[in-house]
Amino acid sequence: MNIFKKFGLGLLISLFLTISANADKIRIGTEGAYPPWNSKDASGKLIGFEVELAWALCRYIGQQCEIVEQDWDGMIPALQMRKFDAIMAGMSITDERKKVITFSQGYADEVASLAVMKGSDLEGMDTPEGINLSLGGGNVNKALKTITGALAGKTVCTQTGTIHQNFLESGDVGKVNVRTYKTQDDVNLDLASGRCDVALAAAVAFTDYADKSGKPVVLVGPTFSGGAFGNGVGVGLRQAAQMGETSTMGKRDADLLRKFNKAIDQARKDGVISRLAIKHFGFDASM
Amino acid sequence: MELLSFGKTGWGDELFIATFMTLAVSVTAILIGFIFALIFTPLKLSKNKFLNLIANFYTTIIRGVPELLVIYLFFFGGSSAIMFVASIFGYNDYIEINAFLTGAFSIGIISGAYSTEVFRGAIQSIDKGQFEASNVLGFNKYTRFYKIILPQMLRLSIPNLSNVWQITLKDTSLISVTGLVEIMRQSYIAAGSTRDPLLFYSIAAVLYLILTFFSMKIINRMEIKYSRGF
Amino acid sequence: MDLDLILNSFPKLFLASITTLKLLSASMIIGLFIGLFFAILRIKNTNVLGKIAYLYSYIFRGTPLLVQIFIIYYGFGQVEFIRESLLWNILKEPYWCAVIAFALNTGAYTSEILRSAFQTIRPGFIEAGKSLGISNKIIFYKIQIPIAIRQSLPAYGNEIILMLKGTSLASTVTLMDLTGVAKYIISTTFKPIEVFIIAGSIYLFFTFLIHYTIKSLEKKYSF
Repeated sequence: MNIFKKFGLGLLISLFLTISANADKIRIGTEGAYPPWNSKDASGKLIGFEVELAWALCRYIGQQCEIVEQDWDGMIPALQMRKFDAIMAGMSITDERKKVITFSQGYADEVASLAVMKGSDLEGMDTPEGINLSLGGGNVNKALKTITGALAGKTVCTQTGTIHQNFLESGDVGKVNVRTYKTQDDVNLDLASGRCDVALAAAVAFTDYADKSGKPVVLVGPTFSGGAFGNGVGVGLRQAAQMGETSTMGKRDADLLRKFNKAIDQARKDGVISRLAIKHFGFDASM
Repeated sequence: MELLSFGKTGWGDELFIATFMTLAVSVTAILIGFIFALIFTPLKLSKNKFLNLIANFYTTIIRGVPELLVIYLFFFGGSSAIMFVASIFGYNDYIEINAFLTGAFSIGIISGAYSTEVFRGAIQSIDKGQFEASNVLGFNKYTRFYKIILPQMLRLSIPNLSNVWQITLKDTSLISVTGLVEIMRQSYIAAGSTRDPLLFYSIAAVLYLILTFFSMKIINRMEIKYSRGF
Repeated sequence: MDLDLILNSFPKLFLASITTLKLLSASMIIGLFIGLFFAILRIKNTNVLGKIAYLYSYIFRGTPLLVQIFIIYYGFGQVEFIRESLLWNILKEPYWCAVIAFALNTGAYTSEILRSAFQTIRPGFIEAGKSLGISNKIIFYKIQIPIAIRQSLPAYGNEIILMLKGTSLASTVTLMDLTGVAKYIISTTFKPIEVFIIAGSIYLFFTFLIHYTIKSLEKKYSF
C-alpha cells in the first residue's frame, strides 16, 4: 500500500508541477486529425506536413517549441485565451478569420475539391479543372451553376468552421443541405458509410483517405481556390492589439509574427517547405 | 488484433496509458469535488439566507446545465479568470494550466455539486440528539464538526458517493476539448487513424466497464469496513 | 461581454431548443417502455432473462453515453452487413441514432428506478387486492404499476433532467440541437463564453420547468 501511495503522490506532483509560465517557449496548436496536414500515428505521436514544418520553423527561429493538440472547433478561441501562441492546422488565411486573429504569410496552398464514392451520379460533372473564385468571369459562373444543380437535394458533408463550410453556405452554389462534423476523419467515415452523398474538403484530404483506406473515393468537379477559400494556409497568431500593443504580451505577439514570417522566408529559400510538401502531399504545394 | 498490440504499430500501450489517465483524472476530480463540497455543504446548511443562496446557485446551475457546456466554459473561461485574479496581485503574465488540471478541475466542479448534495443529505440524517449531546458535553463548534459530524457524514455518504464516483468517471469522457488523452480521446484518435470506429469505441466501452467494476468492488469493501460497529 | 452577440444568438438558440426537446421526448417515451420491460423481466424472472436484463442495465449504466452514441453512429455505420440491412434506413439518420442511444441509456436507468419502486411496494397492498378476489394480473397492472410509477416520480424527474443534459451529445453526431447551434455560432464568431452562457441558461430554464412539473405531479398523486 505504501508503495502505491508514494507512486500516486509522485504522479500527482509531477502532473501538478507543469503549471508554468514559460515565456520563452513557443507553443503551437494543431489538430492532429487532418491528414496529411497533421495527424497522429499509432504511437500517439503527432505527424504530418505541418508538424515537421513547425519543428523546422522553430529551428530557424531558434527558440524552444512545444506542439499542443487542440480540437478544431476550439482552435481560434484557445489561441485567444493563450492556451498556445500559434496555430498550424491547415488553417486558410481568410478575411473572416483576420477579424479576430492575424496570419503569417502563407506557407502552403490548399485547393479544395468535392468528393463522392465511386458510382455516384455526380461523377463526370462537366466543369473546368479548376476555378478561382477571386477571378470570377463567365467560366466560373457557369461552373458554379453546374455545381448548384448537381448538389441540389444532396447531403453535403464538411468539417465545422472551415472555409469549405463557409463556401457551401455562401449561396454561391444555391441552398445546400450541409451537414458538419467535428473532424475530417469523421467526414470521411460518413462519406464511406453512405450517410453523405458528397463531401467538400482539401483535395489532398480525400486522396490521402482513398490511398490509406482503399475505399473508392473519387474527386469530382473543379478544384476551388480564391474567394471564400482564402489565400493559402498560414500560421495563425494573436493580434498584438488584443492585449494592447504596448503591453508585454502584445509586444511578444507582434514579435512572434515577425519571427514566423522570417522563418518561413528562410524555409522557402532553403527548399524545406517544397521538400516537406512533396513528401506528404505528393506534389509541391509550397507558396 | 495487430491494431491492439503494444509497441509502435499497435494502439494497445496507448489505450493502457489512457486508462490510467482516466483513472488519475477521475480520482483527482472527485477529490477536488470533495473540497468544493466541504466548502458548500456548510453554506447549504447555514441559517444565513445569503450563504444558502450562493450554495444553491452553485449546485443548481451545475446540475442543470449539460456537463459539456460546463467543461467548455471552464476551459475557455477558467484561465482568464485565474489570470484576472493574478493580475489583482500584480502578476501580469500568462499562467498556463496544463490539460490534466484543466480536465480535473472542470469535472471536479461538476462532481462537487453532486457531493455537496450527498454530504448535505448525510448530515441531515445524523440523529439530532447527537448535536444536543455534544452541546451538553460542552464541545465547541469546531470540535463538534471535526470529531462528531465529519466522521459520521463520511460514513453515511459512502453509498451515495459511489454514484458520484460513477458520474465523475463517466464525465471524464467529455474532456476531449482540453486535449488530455484519456480513454475517450485515445479511442477517438485511434478510430480516426485506423478507420475502425466500431473496434475502438467498443474497447473504450469495455475499459470503462472494467474501471467501473473494480472501483465498485473497492467502494463496497469500504462500505463494509466503515459500517463496522454500527 | 458582447451584448449584440447575445441578442443576436438568443433567438437562434431558442429555436434550436425545439430539436433538443424533440430528442428528449422521443428518447424518454421509448426509454420508458424499454425500462418498464426490463424492470418486469428482473422482478418476474430470476433465471436467464433476469440476468440479461441485469447485464443490459449494467453495461449501459457503466459506460459513458458518448461511447454509446459513437458506437451506434460511427461504429455501426462502418459495418457492411448493417448497411445492407433494413436497419440502415433508421441508422442512416443521425436523429434516430441519437434517439436509439438516448433511449437505451435512459431505459437502463429507468429499469433500475422502477425495479426498486416495485420492491418497496408494501405487501399489504397486494394482499388487500388478493383478499378482495382480484386476479394477479389485474393486481399487477392496476395496483403495482401505478404505485410503482408514483413511487418513482422523484427519481424519474431527476432522470429526465439528466437526459435533457445528455441530449447535448447529439451535437457530436451532426445534429443541430441547442449545443450544436451554439457550437455553430461559436465557429463563426469565436466567442465561446457568451454563447455557452446563453445556451446554458436555456438548458437551466428547461431544467426548472421539468423540476416544477414533477413536483406538482408528486403533490397531485401523493397519498
